Amino acid sequence: MTSEAQPTTPASSATPLVSLRNVNKHFGELHVLRDINLEVTRGEVVVVIGPSGSGKSTLCRAINRLETIDDGEITIDGEVLPAEGKALAKLRADVGMVFQSFNLFAHKSILENVTLGPIKVKGMKSGEAKELAMSLLKRVGVDNQAQKLPAQLSGGQQQRVAIARALAMKPKVMLFDEPTSALDPEMINEVLDSMVALAKEGMTMIVVTHEMGFARKAADRVVFMADGQIMEEARPEEFFTNPRSERAKDFLGKILAH
Amino acid sequence: MENYLTLFETYDVPAAFWVNIQLSFWAAIWALVLGTVLALFRISPIQSLQWFGAAYVNIFRNTPLTVILAFGFLGLFSVMQISLAENLGSSLFRIAILGLALYHAAFVCEAIRSGVNTVPLGQAEAARAIGLSFLPAARLVILPQAFRGAVAPLGNVLIALIKNSTVAAAGSVATESSSLMKTMIEFRSDLVIPIFFTFALGFVILVIPIGLLTTWASRKLAVAR
Repeated sequence: MTSEAQPTTPASSATPLVSLRNVNKHFGELHVLRDINLEVTRGEVVVVIGPSGSGKSTLCRAINRLETIDDGEITIDGEVLPAEGKALAKLRADVGMVFQSFNLFAHKSILENVTLGPIKVKGMKSGEAKELAMSLLKRVGVDNQAQKLPAQLSGGQQQRVAIARALAMKPKVMLFDEPTSALDPEMINEVLDSMVALAKEGMTMIVVTHEMGFARKAADRVVFMADGQIMEEARPEEFFTNPRSERAKDFLGKILAH
Repeated sequence: MENYLTLFETYDVPAAFWVNIQLSFWAAIWALVLGTVLALFRISPIQSLQWFGAAYVNIFRNTPLTVILAFGFLGLFSVMQISLAENLGSSLFRIAILGLALYHAAFVCEAIRSGVNTVPLGQAEAARAIGLSFLPAARLVILPQAFRGAVAPLGNVLIALIKNSTVAAAGSVATESSSLMKTMIEFRSDLVIPIFFTFALGFVILVIPIGLLTTWASRKLAVAR
C-alpha cells in the first residue's frame, strides 16, 4: 500500500472526495447511466432526486461498486475504484452504505451487526468494538435494543441501526439509497433526524431520496436525474423554487402538488 | 416365534447395524465438509471454481452409487492397489466411506445452495458494503443463514445416506446389515419375510428420529426476517 493516513492538507481537500467521470452503464438495452459527471467534496451533502427509473439508485450503488459500470471512472478520495478483490473490499470499508431495505444481518443481534465490521474488517478488539457500537447505537437512539435480533425491531429502528453499522467503519462518505422508502410514514422522521444530525456533524453524504424536506433542510446541493442523465444541479432553495429544466419542473409539479 | 428369536443368537444383527451407523457417521461428516466447499465454489465469484463445482455435482449426482462403490473396491483397491489402512477390512471400510462421502457431497452441495437461496441478496450486499471480501462474507453472513435454511434438505440427504450405506455391500464391506440380511436369507429361507421386516424395521428406527429432529430444528433455527 502506497498511501498512508494523511492529515487533511489543502492539496487533499482540493481533490473531490467522490468523483464520477463519464460513467456509463447499460442493463441490456436500457442505458441506465448516461455520461454521468459528478464531484462531491469533503463535508458536502448531495441529495439525488428524480423519477423512478431515472438511474439514481444505480448511481448510488455504482459508487461502492455494488453495480459495475461499463465505462468511465469513479474515484474515492483520489483512488480509482478497484475492480474486485481485497483492494475493493478495503475501499468499500471507507464507504458507508445504507439500503432501502435495511439489510441488517438477520441472524446476528443488533450489537453484533454493528461490531462485525470493526472486528472482522478492521481487526478491532471486541471490547473496543462494543464500546464504539454502543456509543453509535446511543447516538441513533436504539442502544436499549442492543441484544435483540433485527426482526424484533421496527423498520425505523432497523434503519437507524443500519446507519450505526455503517458509521462504525468510520467511513469517509456515506451513501443512502432511498433510506426511508420502505418505512411506515410515522417512522420516517426518526431516520431523517439521525441523517440531519449526521450532516450537521460534517459527514460527506450522497442521499438518494424522495424526502424533499430533508433536501431543503440538510442538502448543500440537489442533483436532479431523469432517464439516466443528470439534468440539473443546484442549491436546494434554488432548485425547488426555480427549477431550470422542463423535466425538473414537471417532476416537482407532480410531487409538490399535494 | 421361537424360531425367529434363534436368528438373533446365530447372527449378530445389532453389530451389522452398528457398521452402517459408523459408515453413515463418517461419510456424513466428510460429505458435509466437501459439500460445503463445493457450495462455496458454486457461489464464488471465480468462474473456474463455479464450473468445477457444477461439473462435480453433475457427475457424482448422476452416477449410480453402486457404480461408485464398486469402483472403489475393484478400481481403487484391487487394480490401482490404493489402500487406506493396514488391514483389508478397515481399508475396504474406509474406501466405502470415501465413496459414500463423494457421492453425497453432491447432494449436500445442492441442499446448501438451496439454503443460500433463502438468504436475501441484500445480506450479501450489506456484507460487501462494510468491506468483507467473499470468504469472510460467506463464512460470517451467508453460510450461517444458509445452513439454517437448509436443515430440512440436509436432513433428507442424511436419511438417504443412512439407507444408502447398505450399498457398501457393493464395495465388499461384508459386515454391514444388508450383507448380513443376504446371508440370513440364504441359510434361513423359512424365515424370509420376518428377516426382511427385521431389517426394514431397523432402518425405520434409525431414520425416524432424524426426520423428527430435522423438522424440529428447521423450525427452531429458522432465521426471522
